[in-house]
Amino acid sequence: MAKSELLLSGKDVTKIFSNKKKKIIAVDHVNFEFKSGEIISIVGESGSGKTTLAKMILGLLSPTSGEIIFRDRPIELKTREKRIEYWKNVQPIFQDPFSSFNIFKKVDNVLSDCIKLLNIKLKKDEKYKKIEEACNFVNLRFDEIYNKYPFELSGGQMQRLMIARVLLIRPRLVIADEPTSMIDACSRASILDALMKLRDETGTTVVFITHDIGLAYYVSDKIYVMKEGRFVEEGFPDDVILNPTEEYTKHLIGDVPKIESRWAL
Amino acid sequence: MAEKLLEVKNLKSVYKTRFNERITAVDDVSFDLEDGKCLGIAGESGCGKSTLAMSIMGYYYPPLFYESGSVCIGGVDIIKMSYNQLREKILGKEIAYIPQAAMNALNPTQRIINLIEDVMKEHVSGITKNEIKKIAEERFETLNLPKDVLQKYPIELSGGMKQRTVIAISTILNPKILIADEPTSALDVTSQKIVIKLLKDLIKRGFIKAMVFITHELPLLYNIADDIMVMYAGEIVESGEADEVIFDPIHPYSNGLMNSIIVPEKGIKGKKLTVIPGAPPNLKYKLEGCRFSDRCLYAKDECKISKVNMKYVNNSRSYRCVLRVDELKEMYENGKKRATT
Repeated sequence: MAKSELLLSGKDVTKIFSNKKKKIIAVDHVNFEFKSGEIISIVGESGSGKTTLAKMILGLLSPTSGEIIFRDRPIELKTREKRIEYWKNVQPIFQDPFSSFNIFKKVDNVLSDCIKLLNIKLKKDEKYKKIEEACNFVNLRFDEIYNKYPFELSGGQMQRLMIARVLLIRPRLVIADEPTSMIDACSRASILDALMKLRDETGTTVVFITHDIGLAYYVSDKIYVMKEGRFVEEGFPDDVILNPTEEYTKHLIGDVPKIESRWAL
Repeated sequence: MAEKLLEVKNLKSVYKTRFNERITAVDDVSFDLEDGKCLGIAGESGCGKSTLAMSIMGYYYPPLFYESGSVCIGGVDIIKMSYNQLREKILGKEIAYIPQAAMNALNPTQRIINLIEDVMKEHVSGITKNEIKKIAEERFETLNLPKDVLQKYPIELSGGMKQRTVIAISTILNPKILIADEPTSALDVTSQKIVIKLLKDLIKRGFIKAMVFITHELPLLYNIADDIMVMYAGEIVESGEADEVIFDPIHPYSNGLMNSIIVPEKGIKGKKLTVIPGAPPNLKYKLEGCRFSDRCLYAKDECKISKVNMKYVNNSRSYRCVLRVDELKEMYENGKKRATT
């Protein structure tokens, strides 16, 4: 796949939540361009509108104004068929791995359902072979997950399984909404590595949403810094992190605990 | 030498499940906490950090049971105390706890001031509502928290504000020791820094004398703790001063942890992070030998046979591994060389 192909873009995307008393502008005239094969980070503190933007890209919320264009066409999700078609191309990885699986289903069934979604008829052992491959991809042994319910797995395992699920569907775009915030620091690196491997080997675009600018710096090709619904700074990670121009970005970098120097508290 | 506020010796706690399994979540843990210090406990999820926090407070409720060892607060063994004694004399006054999920720790039907009234009335006899209000307002002012929070309901507060309120409530009786169990894991980095500043302020102003800070986030621990203990599968595998443990880890597990740190500093981008392979052992089985041996890159046959005891490098530094410090250091150097070539 050509690296420079434009995959998803947004023009003046705005979302306003309102009731009689209050009007909250969650996302305020945002423009973006995601190219295929990139890892893009969206960084900002809680309440800056990161998740709202992610939900709009996923089609779970519709924008108040502006439009999101996926491969030259505005996204349209009126009918069930169109939604399924779109979600084959765009897949999420959510923040909380403990609630992203169906707790009544064994996890390998969840994975084989994804294969069913693609409308390919496979024999049972072929199906399991495919699942096994996906598990190996994210460094999980198949017998670790075979015949198990979600509660029997750890958060890190479940989050990696989520990536394996995405790998089976092979979407064009993955929206990872704070995929590491519920995971402890020790398995965080394995999730990030799995995401980077997914991009390297399948050419999937990954939108990585986080509040920790350190993770964004480690993982991404491009960083958007979001504040109160607007992008205040965007650019390559080396420019944004090592030479920030906006006060807000400097502030975000200063708040991340570092090991070069201690905070003066 | 500073006064020892808390002494934990060979503490062992077990969970008994309904399938008659015994899970030893805290196994043979010993440490001291001195006046004015902040002790950090690091480790991955499920290694027994929170169970240790519960055990230190004598909070033994089924399925958690006490097995052996002692916890002395100010020279008194709290394990032998009855529930009422513990509640009257120790909890809140000597030792206080900040829970992990501050979001759900506040009663949603009560104003903040009512929650503070509950705490004060329970522990200080004959105190009036006006006195409580005065104390609470003063405390909020010194901690730079807005006073109008007192009249609000928890739902009106943001996550960071809720956590700060929980901290203010749990330290209102000036406990000597504060146990903070992942107080910032649900917050974003900006609120995290504000909460950490508040905790440091509490020590500086003398409202609390010492703190135990539990987290899995090592850069954060480095910024707040004076000493660090690394826990693995219920055991302490390494302890020492923060600088030493972070920059010069001895145990293979701590070394693995330090290599997975991600910070926004030059050199992180493109750096290959090492991930410790595998998962921790299931504690319901009787474990022989070193618990880390299955995942350890440097494990030998002898590691799997006999129990490993803590070795002391000096007074403050100790680790749990059969190998000598220089042997381990050499292996790490070789590992680094191999990674670069």
